[in-house]
Amino acid sequence: MANRWKSDLREDSVTDEAIYLNRRALLGGMAGVGFAGGAAAASEMEPNSWEEITGYNNFYEFGTGKEDPARHAADMTVSPWSVRIDGLVDRPADYAFEDILSKMVVEERIYRLRCVEAWSMVVPWMGSELADLLELAGVQSNARFVAFETLLRPAEMRGVSSPVLEWPYVEGLRLDEAMHPLTIMATGIYGRDIPNQNGAPLRLVVPWKYGFKSIKSIVRITLSESEPPTSWNKANPREYGFYSNVNPEVDHPRWSQAQERRIGGGLFSPKIPTEMFNGYGAEVAGLYEGMDLRRNF
Amino acid sequence: MRSVDRLNALLKQVPAVAVYVAGVLPAIWLFWQAITGTLSIEPIKSLEHETGELGLQLLIATLLVTPLRRFTGINLLRLRRALGLLAFFYIALHLLIWLLLDVQDPAMIWADVVKRPYITVGMLGFVLLVPLAITSNNRSIRVLGRRWHALHRLAYVAIPLGGLHFVMQAKGLQIEPLVYLGVIFGLLFVRLSALKRRRLA
Repeated sequence: MANRWKSDLREDSVTDEAIYLNRRALLGGMAGVGFAGGAAAASEMEPNSWEEITGYNNFYEFGTGKEDPARHAADMTVSPWSVRIDGLVDRPADYAFEDILSKMVVEERIYRLRCVEAWSMVVPWMGSELADLLELAGVQSNARFVAFETLLRPAEMRGVSSPVLEWPYVEGLRLDEAMHPLTIMATGIYGRDIPNQNGAPLRLVVPWKYGFKSIKSIVRITLSESEPPTSWNKANPREYGFYSNVNPEVDHPRWSQAQERRIGGGLFSPKIPTEMFNGYGAEVAGLYEGMDLRRNF
Repeated sequence: MRSVDRLNALLKQVPAVAVYVAGVLPAIWLFWQAITGTLSIEPIKSLEHETGELGLQLLIATLLVTPLRRFTGINLLRLRRALGLLAFFYIALHLLIWLLLDVQDPAMIWADVVKRPYITVGMLGFVLLVPLAITSNNRSIRVLGRRWHALHRLAYVAIPLGGLHFVMQAKGLQIEPLVYLGVIFGLLFVRLSALKRRRLA
């Protein structure tokens, strides 16, 4: 399958990062002389730089600081890698990463990424639709949810000695969310292999949900009939729901979700309004028809 | 001469102005890096965090002065005002960065103060520090007399509020803010038990 959906953020020469960097440098210089916020507001379509995307991460297995993953994720062995797909599937097995990759159609998807902490980026992912991977294993008709699990290897993950979350990190989607053509398994950024700090060798990307739903470095995918537990919901159910769709009208109990700051705008970066479903409402709002999104946050 | 006395003699040579100058340098360095784009990928959050943490560390330092003298004989009493005023300087910077660079929208600021408990707590701590900063001068001590000491015990409320603010803003169960709050409560316990003893004597 694949190519079910065309990105609204497609630009002609996306993989040529140098073009973006030049433009950013120019705008960044303008910001420095008082053209406040120009860089961030410059273009909705403009992906963040490689340095921003790979240097500012939340991957608590390597520490809670934003620079910790870039500093420490290199400790993680990502080859060999396999993903166990089990539960309500026809062909439960450990699938080697190379085998998965050889069967997938990898394409570029430029998505907005909105973190629950009210910052955002635009990332030129390389990846394939999760639906294709699930079809590889054969989803059974009674499956309704998909659970995901991140690698837990304490010897290579210095952050897991801290009880900041219950390890391993787990996430979940409703099956229709998982099968949606916007939902991808990313394996690259800017045409290069995805770096460890961004969730190598493969991670989920669900662009209309807060970033923590897009679980990194996946080792297990389980199809089930009932809603699976999710890490942040377990840690604080009042603050993080199962759905966690980007929603400017439902605040996090400790901060507003009405606005966000695009990373890369420098010291005078303005806040920009957050869009419902992170701007993907036309594609995904139908999934939640009739649901009270204030209660199902 | 005992080594503690030698150290105290040396400390006497340190003019308070040197503490102020040294204390302001990190702020200048942080802003320089932020302006030149070398601080971090998200300079607003970094500035906010760094100034808040420095302010809290300096507040803890002011709580350390008396126990340090009691248990080791090292006397920093003469420099405590400088430490306190520097703490206030960093916390005021922290607040200004939050107001002007982070939140930006004045309508949102008030909503945050009222609606978000960690901001309410932090703001209350700051408000309690204002009269202390204003009266941190010889003239106020003269004019207020005994009441000055009573007033400055507000620090024992303001500082744990600062620690609590740090704990409450953390995502997940993070150790570092809890360590700060633990140290603050430990030092408060030492201070308050000493005060109680003095009153009983």
